[in-house]
Amino acid sequence: MKDFVNWKIGGEAGYGILSVGIMFGKFCTRNGLYAFYSSEFPSLIRGGHNTVQLNVKKTPSLSQQFEVNMLIALNEETVKLHLHELSPDAAIIFDSKDFDIKKFKTKKTQLLIDIPLTEIAEKHGKKIMRNTVALGVSVSLLGLDFSHLEQLIKEAFAGKKDALIPINIAAAKEGFNFIKNRNLKFNYKLIKQKNKDHIFINANDAFSLGAVKSGLKFVGEYPMTPSSSILSFMATHELTFDIVVKQTEDEISAINMITGAAYTGVRALTATSGGGFSLMVEGLGLAGMTESPIVVLESQRPGPSTGLPTMTEQGDLNFAVYASQGEFPRLIMAPGDATEAFEAGLNSFNFAEKYQLPVIVLLDKYVSEGNQTIEVFDYKKFKINRGKLLTSAPPNYLRYKFTSDGISPRVLPGTQGTVFKANGDEHNEKGMSWESEENRIKMMDKRMHKLDVLKKELPEPKLYGEKNAKISLVSWGSTKGIILEALTELKKLKIKANFLHYSYVFPLKEKKLLELMKKSKKVLLVENNGTSQFGKIIGAETGIQFKHKLLKYTGRQFFPHEIVKKVRSLK
Amino acid sequence: MTKLEELHTKENPFWCPGCGNFLILSALKNAVIKMNLNPSEVVVVSGIGCSAGLPHWIETYGFHSIHGRALPVATGIKLANHGLTVIVVSGDGDGYGIGLNHLIHSMRRNLDITFIGHNNQIYGLTLGQVSPTSSKGSKTVSTPNGSIEIPINPLALGLASGATFIGRGYAGNISQLTDLIVKGTEHKGFALIDVFQPCVTWNKVNTFDFFKQRVYDLQKENHNTSDLNASFSKVFEFGDKIPTGLFYQTQRETYSDDLPQLKEKPLVKHSLENDIKPLIEKYK
Repeated sequence: MKDFVNWKIGGEAGYGILSVGIMFGKFCTRNGLYAFYSSEFPSLIRGGHNTVQLNVKKTPSLSQQFEVNMLIALNEETVKLHLHELSPDAAIIFDSKDFDIKKFKTKKTQLLIDIPLTEIAEKHGKKIMRNTVALGVSVSLLGLDFSHLEQLIKEAFAGKKDALIPINIAAAKEGFNFIKNRNLKFNYKLIKQKNKDHIFINANDAFSLGAVKSGLKFVGEYPMTPSSSILSFMATHELTFDIVVKQTEDEISAINMITGAAYTGVRALTATSGGGFSLMVEGLGLAGMTESPIVVLESQRPGPSTGLPTMTEQGDLNFAVYASQGEFPRLIMAPGDATEAFEAGLNSFNFAEKYQLPVIVLLDKYVSEGNQTIEVFDYKKFKINRGKLLTSAPPNYLRYKFTSDGISPRVLPGTQGTVFKANGDEHNEKGMSWESEENRIKMMDKRMHKLDVLKKELPEPKLYGEKNAKISLVSWGSTKGIILEALTELKKLKIKANFLHYSYVFPLKEKKLLELMKKSKKVLLVENNGTSQFGKIIGAETGIQFKHKLLKYTGRQFFPHEIVKKVRSLK
Repeated sequence: MTKLEELHTKENPFWCPGCGNFLILSALKNAVIKMNLNPSEVVVVSGIGCSAGLPHWIETYGFHSIHGRALPVATGIKLANHGLTVIVVSGDGDGYGIGLNHLIHSMRRNLDITFIGHNNQIYGLTLGQVSPTSSKGSKTVSTPNGSIEIPINPLALGLASGATFIGRGYAGNISQLTDLIVKGTEHKGFALIDVFQPCVTWNKVNTFDFFKQRVYDLQKENHNTSDLNASFSKVFEFGDKIPTGLFYQTQRETYSDDLPQLKEKPLVKHSLENDIKPLIEKYK
């Protein structure tokens, strides 16, 4: 008997595949278990093939897994595309009215469960409710109790769609009983654990919550997958928290609007993906030059151009580091999971205001939409830090005054007794355009010096695993959970490995990395892109060249077994 | 009471001698004095071009941004603190060319912003290329054989896009322009003020003389500024006679009026403390 499951549901888009995945994840979370959600879907509203996977276990579930133990096939394509992912003892749940399972080479050891999903759904309501029936089936087959499911269905449809509650409960119940009455032998059983008061959340929502907690007041955003849920999150809660949320005419407007708002003194955010960020680049430079504290969230998807719009990649790191003409300081954060995304939401605005510069937060589709069960956020120690923000102007106030740390005291427009100009042109301490060589050098040095000061405050990357290891992995951002899962596997295989993870990628902290390079025999760089962008930045900053690299640019994130395989090949 | 001298800066404008921009700057300063505005509560926002230097030479808060983006920056400023008076100065290239998208959307939003379009029908700072408002046939360094496009009509665009105050000034008539800026700024909503601003260096056709002979004051005629249809026909009058003054004015809630978040106080005055605990519960 195995006390985990890698659950997958697949079907045509428009049949509630994604929402049922979220519901099942929440269900597992309420049962004291840990779930990690990952999805694949094409850029369509209806039609096309959608899947959701949930990696559920007793211990923290940190990533997607390749091998599927339970497959719910709402159509034939699901079996066709995913048969090779199934474990020998996996269950396939399907409706023989949809297709003939005999067409496929399933293993004798696999459990084939033919259930009239459509008939049950239509009996209680509509065909679209097949997902709810499947949920009942899953809960039953995995040996869990129906009660939490009933509560979740109530919550999902409460309010506007009250009439859907009883029929969905009935459909789920019938699915549940169908399995219960059959006494099937399935190798995977989930055991209810003590409820740990956990939450099931993705990085977009986690970041948004952090941003709200840190006093976000203005959002200017143009919708773009996979960042759009931030716009709707903020719009949903704008009146609760008095946030002005503006869907702009384009991304150019979005970044310039938040720059105007930040200059006026409110914490301002835009969120986008690589395509939108491309349009924002000139505005990013304006924020840098005017020393306006803005936060730009960029959730990456594979490019160039439209690329693979609903898939994932860590392909925009170079772009984020070098975006814009000229030179100015910026901070780039790359939270590796929902917990770190929440922290980025909290801290990015403090960094932006303290150092008066643009902060870019890099996520990607995998974490932006990858819900996971985690501990409730801890923000007891968090304090809003607005840096050198003055409430009144001292005599002879100069907005861009030369200071020892490069940071000039800031007043907001409306402050009496003074005025100043924010200026995209090179300017003097007052903000007036000024092109002398002497002034240019001093202003450039002033701005760039902020980065040196900031770098000292940034945390070093975190080292996970064995202190002394023969093999060390180095990576950044969303590969975190995958590599941590791989480390657990490697430990079982008695391979001593550790992992240095960067969630602050620029400016680069080198100390721990240099130590690691000295200690480890072999160092493997892991990145979800094709040209090892982070490796090149490390090379440029430290001279380190990585001999061993594991890169993936298929539009999908790594699976832990791919990491394990690569590490074993280096041994 | 602010005095006119207090709005003067130590630095002098970089404009060519005789440029219409000097007159627009004077009119704007006159208007600030006339309205008795506190310079510390005024923000003048610009993009790029000859017009964009203006915020430097009036002693108020200013934001000299990038090409075409003055309006988004101004929108952010206005929404962050709607207690501020926000005035955008833009050119025909900046506002009617590269930034036109923002102008249209700002007008339909009816943000309480005054937009002054320095319209010289030529690109001055980049040394004499054709502009979106250049007349068909204009010979410029980038259209040596004559422009083959008809010009943008900013006022017609304003009427079609929902601007609630639409006027046209002429740099050669400071008192009328001052009056328009005062009225436009006091107007609750988006004020589009297009200004003929002859470029003495690059535009040898649309000169001070050209306008002097043609412009007339709509307010001295029997024009009904609340009549949308009458205004539509007036904005297309461009020939031997060219109307100036207030074309159209109507009342509609401003963008800030319709935001409950801004009812009590400006956004910038809100506390940053938020209780997210109830929201976190929803993820359990």
